Amino acid sequence: MTAPNAEGLRLQVDMIKCVGHASCFELLPERVKLDEWGYPIIETDPLPTNLVAHARRAVAACPTLALRVDGKVARQR
Amino acid sequence: MPDVSLWHVARATGFVSTLLFTATVLLGILGPMRVGTPGWPRFTLAGLHRNISLLAMVLLAAHVVSVAVDTYVPITWLDLFVPFVSAYHPLWMGLGTLSFDIILALLVTSLLRPRINPRFWRVLHWSAYLCWPLALVHGLGIGTDALSGWPLGLSVLCTLAVLAGVGWRVAATLARRRTPSGDARKTTLARLS
Amino acid sequence: MTIMLERGARQGGRSGTLPRLLAGGRRLGEHRATYGQIPLRRFTGEDGRRMLVRAITDAGLRGRGGAGFPTGRKMASVAAGAKRPVVIANGCESEPASRKDKMLMACAPHLVLDGAVLAAHAVGADRVYLCLERGTSIADRLERELAQRDDPVKIKLVRVPRRYVSSEESALVHLINDGDGRPMAAPPRPFEKGVGGRPTLVDNVETLAHVALIAAYGPDWFREVGTRADPGSTLVTIGGAVARPNVYEIAPGMRIGEVLEAAGGAVEPIGSVLVGGYFGTWVPMPDGWGLPLTHDRTGPLGTSLGAGGIVALPAESCGLAETARVVRYLAEESAQQCGPCMFGLPAIATDLAAVAYGRCDPATRQRLMRRIEQVKGRGACRHPDGATKLATSALTTFAADLETHMDGWTCTGVSRDPILPLPSRQQRDRSWK
Repeated sequence: MTAPNAEGLRLQVDMIKCVGHASCFELLPERVKLDEWGYPIIETDPLPTNLVAHARRAVAACPTLALRVDGKVARQR
Repeated sequence: MPDVSLWHVARATGFVSTLLFTATVLLGILGPMRVGTPGWPRFTLAGLHRNISLLAMVLLAAHVVSVAVDTYVPITWLDLFVPFVSAYHPLWMGLGTLSFDIILALLVTSLLRPRINPRFWRVLHWSAYLCWPLALVHGLGIGTDALSGWPLGLSVLCTLAVLAGVGWRVAATLARRRTPSGDARKTTLARLS
Repeated sequence: MTIMLERGARQGGRSGTLPRLLAGGRRLGEHRATYGQIPLRRFTGEDGRRMLVRAITDAGLRGRGGAGFPTGRKMASVAAGAKRPVVIANGCESEPASRKDKMLMACAPHLVLDGAVLAAHAVGADRVYLCLERGTSIADRLERELAQRDDPVKIKLVRVPRRYVSSEESALVHLINDGDGRPMAAPPRPFEKGVGGRPTLVDNVETLAHVALIAAYGPDWFREVGTRADPGSTLVTIGGAVARPNVYEIAPGMRIGEVLEAAGGAVEPIGSVLVGGYFGTWVPMPDGWGLPLTHDRTGPLGTSLGAGGIVALPAESCGLAETARVVRYLAEESAQQCGPCMFGLPAIATDLAAVAYGRCDPATRQRLMRRIEQVKGRGACRHPDGATKLATSALTTFAADLETHMDGWTCTGVSRDPILPLPSRQQRDRSWK
């Protein structure tokens, strides 16, 4: 288990932009699960240091740019 | 050493970049069609789309440079960017230039994608569907012996492939408009498992 | 036409006099006769603005639109923005179980408008958008009353599509900016970046009416009624099996039982009371008779007043069937922007109906619970949260009924006329413009 990253970065999704393409699930299964309709369920706790780069890659791979990595929390589940 | 001239380089790179751009268009269609398998996941196909397009652009750069540098044909550096002003086959040349301009726009906007308006990026990216036929017709019109033998045969195959891909895409969009619900999602999941 | 409570709050609340909000007049003349001019002179300049915001904060006023967020804090955030703010007065009230905003605007429109002007002044805004549902007489009436006034800020009437989620704050901003009444994703929230990219204060019309009263009479006066954490008076809409269903002005801290008594008491034995409208909770009766009503979560079920919709359900009616109806309506009212809401709510509604009408098996129940957990919190707005909260509350409060239904017995309640109000098709819009 790696320690959480220093800047408190989290992976978050804009569910309006999200169309359930699920490339994020392919690239970061540690943090992304899919619901029965193919939409991502994202673990929004701060990312472990070793996953930050992978998370950024998932962000770049999203075809609708629905993902982001930042420290501000939009809302709690 | 065989006698390779700039004309050979231009011809070869033009032809191969057309093949690579055809592959690019087809791979690009697979994205919104949500094609993916456990062995070829969607992020891989998306990566291939991107990398093949970049490779095609390298060859395209060689193509346009060789044509400008070659003193045998009166094509200037300006003709590479401004369409239809060339002294050499202005129409066919212009189509190629237009296609090249669009590709430059696609390249720049895609590199800057996180920073620009998403809808603008998307609408501009659709111009790829215009760009490809322009490039193909440019090749058929201006290419020496492009209208016979295997160059023609391959051009026809590429055209058929792109038409099939675009047809598939359009049909899916129309179908999605009509049904309101989650069949697309279920197909996604079926493909993933 | 409005019946007002004469007594103040009981235990936990201070006694003061009610009515407050519904004491003024409908026309500008009567209103000015009761309250005088808007007390802007007391709050001139930058210091004055800050004083006004502090007065609202000291009064402890909380939003009356459902969220119960401290109004003073919201005003301070908006005022602190870099660009010139905008105020939105939210009078849409798309919640079918609530009529208090419509009543307030019919009975005291100028109190609301005074409050809007004061709120604009407090945050330094140059304009107010008064948002009302289209196709109602309220909008026409407000238009006429607005024409009588001469305010230092521009007040523009906006007619909002009659859709449940269009009254959400980001949906109002979206409608004003782009003509599309669907909610938007945060960040940024409207208080940071809203209409025209400017910090936008979105307040319920009742909240603004309280702002006007606080500016006139002061925070201490405001606190004479209600509790320490939830001061002032609040409007509730009481419906269902009571003798006099209507809008009432109560003090937070009053118990459910007292409030139902004020509405004439139950006309038949009550099985449960829905508190907080369709994003609220079902409180079982008679156990919940003494539960105090406030904007904070209270009691074992975390019950809060929300936007003040209260419906008394007879014991003979089926709470599961009523809930299934409402969840189906909420599913239809999804903006269809986010997958979990678009697909999850209809699936939950279907399973809930199966459970209510006794057509289910243990697998359905498992699936229902799983889906509720999966959908909760995963939309861009709180629509799926509210719907799942209602479903969860029904499954908890009506657990005994649930067991009976699972065993294949349908209760007789499903054949009774529905108690929870829903708008007819004619009263709903399909468009988002």
